[in-house]
Amino acid sequence: MIALSDFLILGGLLFSIAVAGIFLNRKNVIILLMCIELMLLAVNMNFVAFSHFLQDTAGQIYVFFILTVAAAEAAIGLAILVVLFRSRQTINVQDLDTLKG
Amino acid sequence: MGFEKFLFYVFAAITVVSAGMVVTRRNPVHAVLYLVLCFAATAVLWMLLEAEFLAIVLVLVYVGAVMVLFLFVVMMLDVDQAALKAQFIRFLPLGLAIALVMLALIVLVVGPANFGLEQFAKPAPAPADYSNTESLGKLLYTVYVYPFEIASVILLVAIVAAIRLTLRRRPDTKYIDPAKQVRVRKGPDRIRIVKMPVEGKVEAE
Repeated sequence: MIALSDFLILGGLLFSIAVAGIFLNRKNVIILLMCIELMLLAVNMNFVAFSHFLQDTAGQIYVFFILTVAAAEAAIGLAILVVLFRSRQTINVQDLDTLKG
Repeated sequence: MGFEKFLFYVFAAITVVSAGMVVTRRNPVHAVLYLVLCFAATAVLWMLLEAEFLAIVLVLVYVGAVMVLFLFVVMMLDVDQAALKAQFIRFLPLGLAIALVMLALIVLVVGPANFGLEQFAKPAPAPADYSNTESLGKLLYTVYVYPFEIASVILLVAIVAAIRLTLRRRPDTKYIDPAKQVRVRKGPDRIRIVKMPVEGKVEAE
């Protein structure tokens, strides 16, 4: 039988990969956004697993809300990215230092 | 090894490998496509957890909408890949080290010692007439109706913000305003009658 720990370790694995991805792709904003999506997926995996093993539907409701917020975040993030690319012609994180004092 | 366990390991492997591909691919288009594969495999895992509604939502909303949005943006922006990946190798050891430490800590906490089958027994499968969507809907529209409304407002804000951010008026484009076309009146706007004196007589031959 599949234990709860299997799903939790899978979630941890996904989260670690996403963290490593943020370090590897420190310059590309698009991949950074995708790493954040991966992290949210890992968290959602934990929510769904606990919801199933504790027989409590509330966990799935939370996943629903996380998906909603993640969709909104992706839409606004990509819109900001498009505006950024229009004005600066780059999405390199290191070139975006206008606010540096 | 039961069939369920076989399914779990196959799709967990697909999820992890495709997640690894997402963070290591040079081409962002490939990264997005691997992320789609990762979400699809995760949807199968959620099916195994009897979360059917969320599995479908993950495929429809995430793969169908959010990832397509990502794909649009990636293909629309003409990004110089070589410059963005220049320091890829430099941060590889640091990233791997942090990820491995984090993974070790997580496994220590959530490993089989604490969350194994002895502590959390596998619940009995739901009966055939049980509907996951129905029970979620009942909960969502009674207990969680207030957060549900807030979620809709968040989506509205996202729509307005995304449109406002990307909307721009270009003064140099020549487009026809349909409102002006409709508003044209027959008399003064469409034709102009010019009165002018007759220029001499036409001589009869």
